[in-house]
Amino acid sequence: MSKPSFVYVTYIASTPEKVFKALTSTEATEKYWFGHAVTSDWKVGSPVKFHREGKLTLGGQVLENDPPRRLSYTFRPYHEPHNGTDTSRVVMDLEQQRDQVKLTVTHDDFAPDSPVFASISNGWPLVLSSLKSYLETNHVLWAPWYEDKAKQEPEKVAS
Amino acid sequence: MDAVFKALADVSRRELLDRLRAENGQTLGELCERLDMTRQAVSKHLGLLEEANLVATVKRGREKLHYLNPLPIHEIAERWIGKFESQRLQALSDMKRALETK
Repeated sequence: MSKPSFVYVTYIASTPEKVFKALTSTEATEKYWFGHAVTSDWKVGSPVKFHREGKLTLGGQVLENDPPRRLSYTFRPYHEPHNGTDTSRVVMDLEQQRDQVKLTVTHDDFAPDSPVFASISNGWPLVLSSLKSYLETNHVLWAPWYEDKAKQEPEKVAS
Repeated sequence: MDAVFKALADVSRRELLDRLRAENGQTLGELCERLDMTRQAVSKHLGLLEEANLVATVKRGREKLHYLNPLPIHEIAERWIGKFESQRLQALSDMKRALETK
């Protein structure tokens, strides 16, 4: 087995069942994953698809589904600048620790020089912080790269 | 959050995080190779970083691999840096870097 490329750990004040549900639910992912809604029947071998505003953004296949402990799928981004040809693997491990859940996300099996590698390191911290916030406070975070520039506050020019 | 600030308030520990940023997934042995610290000192610093969740570890066979976990720093940034400030701060940070590297 190759060495994992990225390992992210977050502690969430919740139960493994609730965290697992948030990872696999269409409604929940759409909220905390900045509009990317997941659909799958979560059977091993079945497709996993994320759509944002009707467009396919991420695709993959279920590798493991062991609720509420482990979820794994292949990961193929279709959104700009990717075209769905680069496949890597995501493993999510959930561990109950008293009244909190330790969620470990491991992302590996990248193709050499994969362009996905760079975008992952921006994406996961924000998605996982947003998931934590969603489960603990029912507030989701905001992704700077999706902000409509026209809606932004006009810059004030100092005189 | 106290644990994060305490862990970051040490130049050796920040050095270890920089090493992991440059190359993620190193063993204790690999981290010791290029540092002027005893193995015990590195091990102790890594323990503090792991307690603060700034370092995540994965067991691979007999080895323990260390990963930079940016999530606690991200949460600190989210708490104090508002939505509209982030782009201006990015612009300032880019400018500072551009001027300093000249």
